[in-house]
Amino acid sequence: MQPLLQIENLKMYYETIRGYVRAVDDISFQVAKKESVGLAGESGCGKTSAALTILRLLPSNAKIVDGSIVLAGENLVKMSDREMREKIRWKRISMIFQGAMNALHPTYTIGYQIAEPIIKHEGVSKDEAIERAGKLLELVGMERSRVNRYPHELSGGMKQRAVTAMALACNPDIIIADEPTTALDVIVQAQVLKAMKELKNRLDISMLLISHDLSMIAETCDKIAIMYAGKIVEYGDITRIFKKPLHPYTQKLISAFPSVLGAKTELSSIHGFPPDLLKPPPGCRFHPRCPNATEICRKKEPPLLKTEKNRYVACHLYGR
Amino acid sequence: MVKDEVAVEVQNLVKHFEIKLGFFKTISTKQMPVVHAVDNVSFNIKKGEIFGLVGESGCGKTTTGRVLVRLIEPTDGKIFFQGVDLLSLTTEHELRKLRRKMQIIFQDPYESLNPRMSIFDIIAEPIRIQKVVKKDVEVHERVAQAMEDLDLIPPEEFMYRFPHELSGGQRQRVAIARAFVLRPEFLVADEPVSMLDASIRSEVLKLLLDLQKRLHTAFLYITHDIAIARHMCDRIAVMYLGKIVEKGLTDDVIQKPLHPYTRALIAAVPVPDPTARRIEIVIKGEVPSAINPPPGCRFHTRCPNATEICRKKEPPLLEIEKNRYVACHLYGSSKDTKS
Repeated sequence: MQPLLQIENLKMYYETIRGYVRAVDDISFQVAKKESVGLAGESGCGKTSAALTILRLLPSNAKIVDGSIVLAGENLVKMSDREMREKIRWKRISMIFQGAMNALHPTYTIGYQIAEPIIKHEGVSKDEAIERAGKLLELVGMERSRVNRYPHELSGGMKQRAVTAMALACNPDIIIADEPTTALDVIVQAQVLKAMKELKNRLDISMLLISHDLSMIAETCDKIAIMYAGKIVEYGDITRIFKKPLHPYTQKLISAFPSVLGAKTELSSIHGFPPDLLKPPPGCRFHPRCPNATEICRKKEPPLLKTEKNRYVACHLYGR
Repeated sequence: MVKDEVAVEVQNLVKHFEIKLGFFKTISTKQMPVVHAVDNVSFNIKKGEIFGLVGESGCGKTTTGRVLVRLIEPTDGKIFFQGVDLLSLTTEHELRKLRRKMQIIFQDPYESLNPRMSIFDIIAEPIRIQKVVKKDVEVHERVAQAMEDLDLIPPEEFMYRFPHELSGGQRQRVAIARAFVLRPEFLVADEPVSMLDASIRSEVLKLLLDLQKRLHTAFLYITHDIAIARHMCDRIAVMYLGKIVEKGLTDDVIQKPLHPYTRALIAAVPVPDPTARRIEIVIKGEVPSAINPPPGCRFHTRCPNATEICRKKEPPLLEIEKNRYVACHLYGSSKDTKS
């Protein structure tokens, strides 16, 4: 089946006085219809940059150097800004930004803020749009009457739900959610995640979930792509990756998470820090922190290779 | 082995924050509204033990931690540190003598380090204030030692830098080095890793545990993350709206939670294992306001097992097994016979 969103060899660099910051460096992955894919990694690994590149919401010093982003047959990289604005954003792909719940406008009601994209994109009347905003709020588990509320009258969990409802406003095919629950308490986080999961199943939406929290992705996604220093190091079916991670970075990252279930295990840690993306290390970018690094890792960059069906890893340990 | 000597004892601690009203409201209101941040909390921390305080934001865990080192004055209650009644100390001088033995690590290393001080000065500050050693060489030695303890190696490379030149993980290690430089006997750690990335988090936790074991420090570990509490703590107390609802050995509480709130809290934690997905049973609603906490059991508004009595009578914190305390009518004295 043709995937809904196909990203191929995407490279996006930020131009700075000191040189290019290779924030997204040759990444490829796919999101099929109704599928949720998690994009995981430490801060600064390029996961948010990747999301912004997909929506082409980049600052002026950012350049898409190479690669393609194909959404149902159309290459978004080649599209004009106007087409992106009128045809893609909100309608096909919408995004829940990190910390969006704190970016709500304080002097407009929640209802109006959700209705705004509907009015702009579908040309319906304000009343009708607000009516639809009410329905959307119900969809995310809030009372319809909350359309008349202002952001300061809502709790964090409610605001996050409102922002989720906003992402659904124009019936998109894909929602990109960037750390949608990071600022929330555990129980509220679970409530929001549950609401999002139910929505996804009910509305047949695909999701790209960006998070540093592997447990959250484990809880919600079908596939996972692990990013390190601008590259995808491992990608594939989530259960198999968690069961038997191949890349040393994935292995370390997974065992760095304490669990409330099962036996108490020693937490592993990754010594050192992620590299500076202005001058990433040669060869495999993980080699300075990798316990299994050998000579070849310092010299040659490992490509992302298929090891089995739906399973890719970029590591010399698994070369042919 | 862990000695049973109590390092810190907290009895019936209460902290209410008054809400400032306008002038007319003040004279027309009979009773000033207060935020019940901490309401009648008791626990003790043994020497060399890590005691965890777990709960959602607004449950009073941070306030408790700050009251314990007297950064906030409590409304009522008693705190004993090595047998000394902390609240009986009135002069700055007496308090300062004890402060040498107790320290706190704050949550956010981006805010807790003075941006104008070098790393050396930040870590040396407690030594200078307490006048532990006089000579510069000795101060330098202590600071370097503290930095090495936290893997800030070589110390010379970091000493003369400023906080903005360090990453979040490095900053938090500086904050921990500062707390440990006087070799305190009691340490409050308020969410020390919640701002850090996962891979760095586990490293900082490891360093903390190693140091704590080596120095045998009594530790109050405050966190909202019950998975980390499980990893770090010997005993934990779960707080809800200013009250302790359950207390016991960490493994007992997490493997066999009794209070419905503890169960909900554990059920809500995502697990790093896609085959064990379980965010299905989630309690509804959010934490009510601490200004007018619900009568009876404070959790009854969200509790799946709430009955009539829960709405009326507040359940006391009872010891139902050895070292196992729970404040819930489900386990009240009336059902004692049923075990």
